[in-house]
This record gives sequence, C-alpha cells and structure tokens, in this order.
Amino acid sequence: MVDASSEDTVTTARPKFQARLLTPYFFILPAVMVMICGLVYPILDAFYLSFYDWKIGTPIEKAPYSGLAHYARMIRDPDVLESIWVTLRFGFWTITIEMVLGVGLALLLEKPIRGASIFRTIFILPLMVSPVVVGLIWRYLFDARIGWINHYISQLGFERQVWLGDAELAFFAIVFTDIWQWTPFIFIIVIAGLQALPSEVLEASKIDGANWWQNIFFVKLPMIRSILVIALLMRLIDVFRALEVMYILTGGGPGRATELLSLHIYNRAFDTQQLGYASAISVLLILLVFGLSLGILVVGNPFKEKSDI
Amino acid sequence: MINRLLRQTRLAASIMAGLALTATAPLANPFEPYEETTIVVSWPALAHFTAAETLVEEFTKETGIEVEIDALQYLKLRDRQLLEMSKPEGEYDVVSWVVMWKGEYVSKGLLTPLSQFFTSGSLVDPHYDIDDIADAYLQNGGVVGGKKGYMPGKSGALYGVPFGAETSILAYRKDILEENGLSVPATYDELRKLMADLGELGIPAMTSRGKTGHQVTAGWLLHLAPLGGKIFDDEWNPVVNSPEAVEAAQVMREIAQTGPTGIQTFGFGEASAAFLQGDAALYLDTLKIAAMSRNPKLSKVDGKVGFALHPVGSRCGSETGGFAAGIPANSQNKEAAFLFLQYITSKAGDQRMVELGGDPVRISTLLNNADMFDDYPVVAEQLPCADPDWRPLIPEWNELNVDVLGQALTQVITTDDPIQPIMDEANEKIRAIMEREGYYKWADYRAQQ
Repeated sequence: MVDASSEDTVTTARPKFQARLLTPYFFILPAVMVMICGLVYPILDAFYLSFYDWKIGTPIEKAPYSGLAHYARMIRDPDVLESIWVTLRFGFWTITIEMVLGVGLALLLEKPIRGASIFRTIFILPLMVSPVVVGLIWRYLFDARIGWINHYISQLGFERQVWLGDAELAFFAIVFTDIWQWTPFIFIIVIAGLQALPSEVLEASKIDGANWWQNIFFVKLPMIRSILVIALLMRLIDVFRALEVMYILTGGGPGRATELLSLHIYNRAFDTQQLGYASAISVLLILLVFGLSLGILVVGNPFKEKSDI
Repeated sequence: MINRLLRQTRLAASIMAGLALTATAPLANPFEPYEETTIVVSWPALAHFTAAETLVEEFTKETGIEVEIDALQYLKLRDRQLLEMSKPEGEYDVVSWVVMWKGEYVSKGLLTPLSQFFTSGSLVDPHYDIDDIADAYLQNGGVVGGKKGYMPGKSGALYGVPFGAETSILAYRKDILEENGLSVPATYDELRKLMADLGELGIPAMTSRGKTGHQVTAGWLLHLAPLGGKIFDDEWNPVVNSPEAVEAAQVMREIAQTGPTGIQTFGFGEASAAFLQGDAALYLDTLKIAAMSRNPKLSKVDGKVGFALHPVGSRCGSETGGFAAGIPANSQNKEAAFLFLQYITSKAGDQRMVELGGDPVRISTLLNNADMFDDYPVVAEQLPCADPDWRPLIPEWNELNVDVLGQALTQVITTDDPIQPIMDEANEKIRAIMEREGYYKWADYRAQQ
C-alpha cells in the first residue's frame, strides 16, 4: 500500500527536479539563440547559396541551381589556389614574427623597470587603431610619390621604391603592417600571463641554479604554454579573416600578389557578382580555418596544461 | 448710369480675374505638389558632384523639395546601389552611375525608363531641350538598347541623363614644353616620342591610372580606341590580343616607364594629383582635369596648363565615360526625382555648374563659355570623336574589366614579360566568360543549321 502523503511528495518533487534540470538550459538559451542567428545561420546560408548562381539585384528565388559546379570549378581555379598560397605565406611570416617579437617584448618589459608602463602603453597603441585607419596610414606612408618612407630613403641616398606597385615589395608591406598592428596583441596576452605566474615556482628555479635563459625556456614559457597556444590560434583565425587593411592598402594587387583568400572572396562576390561561387570559396575558407585550428588545439592542447605542470 | 455700368463691369472683371487666378494658381508652380518631399540621391564623392551641392541647395530653395545626398567613393557606388535597388522599397530616388554599369542595371530591371516622365506635360519643362545635350554623353550614359545593347540605335530607350559625363583630352604643361623646345603631340607617334624625350630629360612624362583592376584597364582603353583596337568584334569574339590592342598595352608600359614614380598604384585620384601637384608633364584622360587644374585647393599648376585634342592614332577616338543619373524602379518619389534630374541638367543648371566649377554636358553651354575657358573649345571639337564603342557597356563588363584585363595589364606594366602572350591569355579568359554567359549560343545554333 502506498502512503498517500509520500505519493504527494513524489509528484511535487518530480516537477521541481525537472525544473532544476532545465534551469541551466533556460539561462544559456539567449546565448544559444544569438549563436544560431549570428553564426550558424549565416554559415548555413552561405552553404546553401554555394549551390546557386545568384547575382545581386536579381530575385534570389529565380537563381539557377548549379549543384556542385562551383566546388568543381573552385578546386581547379588557379586564382583561388594562388590566394590560398598568398594567405598561407602571409600567415606564416606574420604569425612567426609577431609571436617572436610579442613574447620577446613581454619578457623584456615584465619586470618593474623604469618607464616600463610608458613603453607598454606605446606598444599597445596600434592595437587601438581601426584596421581601416591602419590601412590608410600605411598607404600614405608607403606611397611612392608622396610617402614618408620614400622621402627618407631618398634623403639617405637610396632609390625611391614603388612599395605597393611591386609584387614582392607589396607583400612585404602588408606583412610589415600586420606585424605593426598585431604584435601588441601577443605582447598584452603574454605579459598578462607572465605576471600571473606564481612567484614561488620562479624563486624555486633560481634556488635550483637556473640561469636567465633556462628560467625562460624551461620554466616561464612552458608555464604559459596554454596562453601561447590560444594567442597563436586567435592570430591564425585573424589571418584568414584579414581584409580591411589589404583592401585599402593594395586592393589585393599588384595583380594578385596580396590578394588574401578573404579579399578574393569579396572581389568575387561584389566586383564580379558571382555570389554563389564566392559562397563556395567561403565554405572552403571555413573548412581551412577549422582544420588548422583543430590541428593547433590537438598538438598544443591548452586545456590539459594544468595537469602537466 | 454709365458710371454704374462701368463699376459693374470692373467688378465683374475683378471677380473673373480673381477666379481665373484662383483656378490657375495650383497649376502655376509645377513643383508645388512635391513641396516638402524628400528625395535621396546617391552619387560619387568627386569634384564635379561636390560643386553641385550648391546647385542642390538652390533647387531646394526654389522648389521646396528636400534633397539628401549619399556621396561615396565612385567605385563603391555600385555595391550600395545594387543592394538598395534590389529591395521592394529602396532608399534612393536618384542614382548616379558610372556609364559602364547601365547595362547591368537595366538588364536586372532596376531602373525606370524616363519616357514615362518625358511624356508628362506637367513635369517636362518645354525649354529643357534634350537635343542640346551632347549626343555622345546622352547615348553613352543614358540610352540602353540599340546595337549590342549599348550603342546608338532604334531599339534604344532612355534610362538616364548625363551629369558629370566626360570625354578625354590631352592636358600638358605649357611651361615645361616651352622651356625644352618640345611641341604638343597631335598623333600617337608624336606622343610616344615626346614621352621618350621627356624621360631622357629626367622629367616625369605622362601620368596615368595603373592600379590593378578597373584603373589600369581604364588607362589602357584610352589608347586602345585611337590606335584602332576594340574589345570585341561584331560577333562578340574578343580581340584584345589584336596588334592594335597589344600596341595600346605597349604604350601603357612606356607610360609606366617614363611617367611619375608609382603609376602602378595610381587610381584616378592619384593619377590626377600627380599632374596637379606638378609631378608630370602630360595628362591624357578625362576632361575633368581642366576644372580641377583651376581649383587652387587641388592644383599647383593653374595657369601653366594647356589643352589639346586626344592624339590620333589610326583614327580619332576619345573616351566616352563619366556619369549619368536616373531613377530606380523602386523609388517612392519618382516625379520629384525627375524634377530634380531635369533641374540639374537644364540649360540654366548646366550653366550654373560651370560657374560652380563643374563640367557641362550641353553643347550650348560649351559654346557660350568658350571664351572663358581654354578647354571648352577643345572639348567641343573633341566630342565628335568620342567613341560610343570605347568599351562594351554590357552587364559582364565589370568582370572582364576587373578580373581579366585588370590582371593582364598589371602584368604588362609591372614586368618585362612579352605582351602578346599576356594578351592572348586574357583573350581566352574573356572568351570563356562570354561562353559561360551564353553569347555564342546564336552562333552555335546557326552553325548547326
């Protein structure tokens, strides 16, 4: 025989238990909705569009279905392959130099030396400038006719260069500009990580006789490995998203020498009105970024770092 | 009795006159129905259009129609206009387009034919005189249809009126040529020799657009027409690898080699700035350079510039380009927009643009002001040579312009590679695009018959 009061308790406890179970989902629902609207929907829409030939200004319902034609064309398109190659080269040089410079500067300025706070503020200034302004600033600095760089190198007796009109020099210019703007990002992240290191560990390494180099390479850097991996990951994603500076600085030229994949997609979509084809290349871009990011996470695995120490 | 009769007659006359005035008052002002309407205009941020802002204020004062201007860098207009005109109800009531976009806009059904306004007695000013507008400008910027879809012909229909339209003339530094005993070139042979001579003297010869994409193609087109070249033959076969087209590319290379440093990065602004700041002796491009050279805010060479006809190659052929303006199909204020277009391109509006530092589109304005400006007689003489087939104003042009020719010609001016193979490759790419767009279907069909 079932006690009536215990039955009541069971029936009232079940809804409470269910409500408690659902509460976390209820709280994360707004964030999930934002993610779906702002992230998932555009990606799915781009994927959908990649199967159609749509031109802006025509009804999308009447866009002809093209199946996998855009994907078949994309893998044979030398312009797409060239822009992937430009992006990878750009990413290699910028990320490598930014990581070395950013970490180096952070190690130099982590200690409380005189004027360190002023240096830190100056170093992070480029980060505060909008990419469009960065593009304009460097476009005028690199300008062959009126740019300051040519002015000063001609004062020193060197020949004026067409910085943005020569394939190699223009590539150097976009790499240099990116390093100028984004090294402070690495610097800020790394210095924050270094300053959060437990002093006991550093003191212990000194007592054990570690010199300055050993202290850096065997103690400090391994301890901030997760931060370095996250910084690397964020810069990698940024490289594939980079558009504004190159758009203003070189427009992807001369030829396609500085046409990153993101800029190539933009030009295909808006200059040549091939929105379906541009969407197919966007899908490739997402897959590339996803694959490379996954690779870094698997190799670097920043989330198991705590257990390693 | 007579006095009474007179009084009654006067009274009756006064009443009749009053009634007549009351009855005709609403018809006396064609702008009245549109007072307090606000129209939005999309046009480029260029000197001619900046000058026109005063004319716009005068239009509002006279008509009561408010005007909001959305000015953008001229090559950015197309993206924005296409997006706005694609909506069921767009933001723009007047759009100003670079002439090369007219075919695309019309083929997508985005523009309103102007015939519906030109047949309205209450809207059209009888003194407007559309025949006075330079034919090359009107055909090139405003008419769609005709032979090939963009050439003059009986199937053409008017979608826009030119405003900020242009042809090309040669501007040269009188002082430099006089000091060095050099003469103004009339032919391409003379021009190329002059550039070489200036180069040997260490004087940057001719400035030009040369930036990858639209700009370098525009620079090359300036030489293609007078040297006898075309983009397509009459059957839509691309001929950009013809001897004439290759010669035009060779001229571009010589310009880059003898001109001011950095031509490879010059857009319209940089190319004209190089001449206006005194860094080049020659400028062969739009007539807009004349008004710009007289503007002390832009120019250091005012008073030193002479103007001449675009040099002749195997034929005379100058640019047909610049801007025309029309009314989007999704505009909500079409009549007010038409009144605006009519006002700014009227005889009075055209004359006012000259006074404000802009460029006229009417023959009468050019001739009436020929004594004031050195370039006006040259432009009036140049206009009959303005080539309506200077570039194919077809919907696919932007892709050919930016993606194919804009790349090939960059290779021409930034390397020493042989030109013929570069243009052969570009020719094949153009053919593939035209094939994709179905231009050869009729030829294939006929071949099968």
